[in-house]
Amino acid sequence: MTDFPFLSILTLFPLVGAAVVAFIPKTRAQLAKTVALVWSLLVLALSVVMWIVFEAGGDRFQFRESYQWIPTWDARFTFAADGIALVMLMLIAVLVPAVILASWHDVDESKRSVPTYFALLLALECTMIGVFAAADVFLFYVFFEVMLVPMYFIIGSYGGARRQYAAVKFFLYSLVGGLFMLAAVIGLWVVGGHTFDWQKLSDVSAAFDTNTARWLFLGFFIAFAVKAPFFPFHTWLPDAGVAAPAPAAALLVGVLDKVGTFGILRYCLPLFPEASRWFAPAALILGVIGIIYAALLAVGQHDLKRLVSYTSIAHFGFIGIGIFAFTTQAGTGSVLYMVNHGLATGLLFLVVGMFVARRGSALISDFGGAGKLVPVLAGVLFFAGLASLALPGTAPFVSEFLVLIGTFTVHKVYAVIATVGIILAAAYVLWMVQRTTQGTLNPALTEVPAMHKDITLREKIVVAPLVLLLLILGFYPKPVTDVINPAVEATMQDIGTTDPAPTAVANGRVAP
Amino acid sequence: MGDLKLPDISYGALAPMLILFGAACLGILFEAIIPKQRRHGIQLGLALLALVAALVAVILGRNNRVVTIGGAVAVDGPTVFLWGSILLLGMVSLLLIGERSVEQGGAFVSQAAITVGSQKDLKQAGGQPGATEVYPLTVFALGGMLLFVAANDLLTMFVALEVFSLPLYLLCALARRRRLLSQEAALKYFLLGSYASAFFLFGVALIYGFAGAVDLAAIHTAVADPNRSEVLLFGGLALVSIGLLFKSAAAPFHVWTPDVYQGAPTPITALMAACTKVAAFGALLRILYVAFDGVRWDYQPVLGVIAVLTMLTGAILAVTQTDMKRLLAYSSIANAGYLLVGVLALNKEGLSSTMFYLVAYGFSVLAAFGIVSLVRDADGEATHLSRWAGLGRKSPLFAGVFSFIMLAFAGIPLTSGFTSKFAVFGAAIDGGQTWLVIFGVITSMILAFPYLRVIVMMWLSEPGESTPSVSIPGFLTSAALVIGVIATLALGVVPAPLLDLTNDAAQFVR
Repeated sequence: MTDFPFLSILTLFPLVGAAVVAFIPKTRAQLAKTVALVWSLLVLALSVVMWIVFEAGGDRFQFRESYQWIPTWDARFTFAADGIALVMLMLIAVLVPAVILASWHDVDESKRSVPTYFALLLALECTMIGVFAAADVFLFYVFFEVMLVPMYFIIGSYGGARRQYAAVKFFLYSLVGGLFMLAAVIGLWVVGGHTFDWQKLSDVSAAFDTNTARWLFLGFFIAFAVKAPFFPFHTWLPDAGVAAPAPAAALLVGVLDKVGTFGILRYCLPLFPEASRWFAPAALILGVIGIIYAALLAVGQHDLKRLVSYTSIAHFGFIGIGIFAFTTQAGTGSVLYMVNHGLATGLLFLVVGMFVARRGSALISDFGGAGKLVPVLAGVLFFAGLASLALPGTAPFVSEFLVLIGTFTVHKVYAVIATVGIILAAAYVLWMVQRTTQGTLNPALTEVPAMHKDITLREKIVVAPLVLLLLILGFYPKPVTDVINPAVEATMQDIGTTDPAPTAVANGRVAP
Repeated sequence: MGDLKLPDISYGALAPMLILFGAACLGILFEAIIPKQRRHGIQLGLALLALVAALVAVILGRNNRVVTIGGAVAVDGPTVFLWGSILLLGMVSLLLIGERSVEQGGAFVSQAAITVGSQKDLKQAGGQPGATEVYPLTVFALGGMLLFVAANDLLTMFVALEVFSLPLYLLCALARRRRLLSQEAALKYFLLGSYASAFFLFGVALIYGFAGAVDLAAIHTAVADPNRSEVLLFGGLALVSIGLLFKSAAAPFHVWTPDVYQGAPTPITALMAACTKVAAFGALLRILYVAFDGVRWDYQPVLGVIAVLTMLTGAILAVTQTDMKRLLAYSSIANAGYLLVGVLALNKEGLSSTMFYLVAYGFSVLAAFGIVSLVRDADGEATHLSRWAGLGRKSPLFAGVFSFIMLAFAGIPLTSGFTSKFAVFGAAIDGGQTWLVIFGVITSMILAFPYLRVIVMMWLSEPGESTPSVSIPGFLTSAALVIGVIATLALGVVPAPLLDLTNDAAQFVR
């Protein structure tokens, strides 16, 4: 344990950076980019220190801080991180510098202000960190809603053709979900004895009236399901993913959406254990539908960014069933999946963005044989695709495997159907890679001068850490699972489920 | 015939009102004796000074808890708090009213009686300095509002209602541009307002028949007595409520709001949206909580239905608006609905959260109308929504400020709009009125759309040929904007001091 206020500094630091960058004049774009990059690297450095300080076997919530805020409502600035939050914070800290570096030339050509874009990215980082670090329901809700604002402006001001429509759709969907949660938050405050403190609420949560708890659960769940996004609340994501600048889209599906699944783990399950068990079958069915449905849609897409968005929805289905299977194995798999999906899909979006930036189009039919012109970039795309389809040896394989066997021990049917999703994943990824980088060279492609330039040093620096992490965690996930495991176990204890004899799988028999 | 005995008068407690009425009378005197070209500065100075002095008197007398002048006026926690709010919001409105550098001669016409469209009228639209009688009128209106929220019997309340309404009717007719629209608004406001007053007065008569008295404490006692006529009680309560709900712009008594908000000079619209709301809800709270507390379970569902109607009307019709001032008018109707949700919590939290909401909303709406008064072209204010397209590109600062206010209205956290909504909804769930909160949440979702559309207009659309530029505000408007925005932000980030204040103040005397 440490008394150093890690989490509040980690939250506020990017905000200060955003203010600094925002005040850099429009004409000094280069300076703004550099400051933003250095700032995000400092955030990364601080998170690495936190990772080292964190005691994997120690208390559930570490780096705990609490400051007075609105005494009348007992709303406090309480920050604390368990293992799940910590790995998500780490993911943010890794992805944001990559995204900033990847955005280097994204906004130059347009008339929009470059410093504002990078300021918005840093502001977004602040709210994302805040949402994972909050241990007070009110504070969490504040960050949850405020997070919409910078992303809205990033999509709306810096996005592609249908950016207005996508930005408004993104905002309205999330806001409507958020208002359901607002009602539930107020309700929780009333039944929980006029407090917002997560710890106090989870202590008294067992005594909630069954019906009330189910309604409150539903309020939270809808907000998180929209955010995640789970089928059938997902329709905003493909639009937002297409319209947003590719690096920002990487952040959107890589981190922002994880708030949904994180929220379910942190708020829905421990605060409403009975309601969680009651709703679990419905959530599992939605998860399975999401896996198959989104994967099928992904196969049929013509637009690279839209395709990646749909793969992402399918992956969230896996995370969802892992959470609602209520076994430690599946839960750990889900949290690990949240990290790995952030890395893999983040990488995929960044690489796709590099392709799109060169070609000036995201249509698959506009590529074709691109591997002959940019072999290295095509290779990275292939790797990102393989990671995304969870090839053994890459990090997502471990998590997908854990989710599936963890689910199989209790819900065979769901696990078996979900497995079909893996086959579909292979189909959409390989088909995409084949149609863009393999085969005969599209003559139109050779006429685009930018397509003759293979991966630059800057782009290598962007992708290298992600590729390395995907490989390392693919072979040796232990450092991450060690951090996740205790937190997941604690969450499972909160729900009051016991794992059904894990030895059954080890013995090669199917659990009863 | 016995000796006529004067009632005890606690002048100290009444000081804020006396200062305002005195200053208003002095203002009228000034109109007569000071030369025209020097009046503006002096009148504005006098009005502001009076408000500051009254506020100082409120602060000095913050611990007063008395019923005085023979039971006509009650000075208690809510009174003191609402007085402070009205005076603060009134000061900011006065800054907007006093602005003359944005438009040559200010937002007010110099001679209201000139026939619209005549040669003289065209000439006066050009640049003649506006009428200065707006200042005494405003001060009278504010004084009336102070009396309205403190009135402890129904007749005093009626007198106060007229005292603050009549100046407002006049003020509505004084817009320099679009004279016809302005006069129509004033006429509409006056006619409907007179009907509302008549309803109120009729209600007072019925209640007098019911209780044999008009002061709130006596009514409270009478309500507890089962032998009295329920017809008179509920008939009277209904009619009195209609009068008050009209002023608060609650459905179905809201129909005047969009027209009047659109037609009135923008600073006056701001004054009405901020201060009149405080006064109307202050009086509504006092009547419901002090006098008719005993029949709360009877009126609660009826007023609940009105609250739901108000929220739905405001939210749904706001979506269809194409004029900025009408949009804000419908948004103000919806906000009246949220305020009613707070009122209907019928507990201490309901009282304090409603008061919090009134202050928070008042500052935001003042800032919003302040910006509206700045977006203009050669023909005056450009209030049509389509004209705002691309404003973010032309004047990022003002578009940014307006977006912030819109986010506050939409209830995004870290703005006062969120904390105040949270407060009233929390109080209502605590008071067992979950159904109202459900409608509150649903309408908030609908209402987010028009606000968002404005933001989209400003930032995500390309500026067109007809996009007006934003005038450089004068010192007064800038001050009003800064105050409004800072209050909106501060009440969102650190609401605790004001929440504590409203909590401490939430105790009526009877």
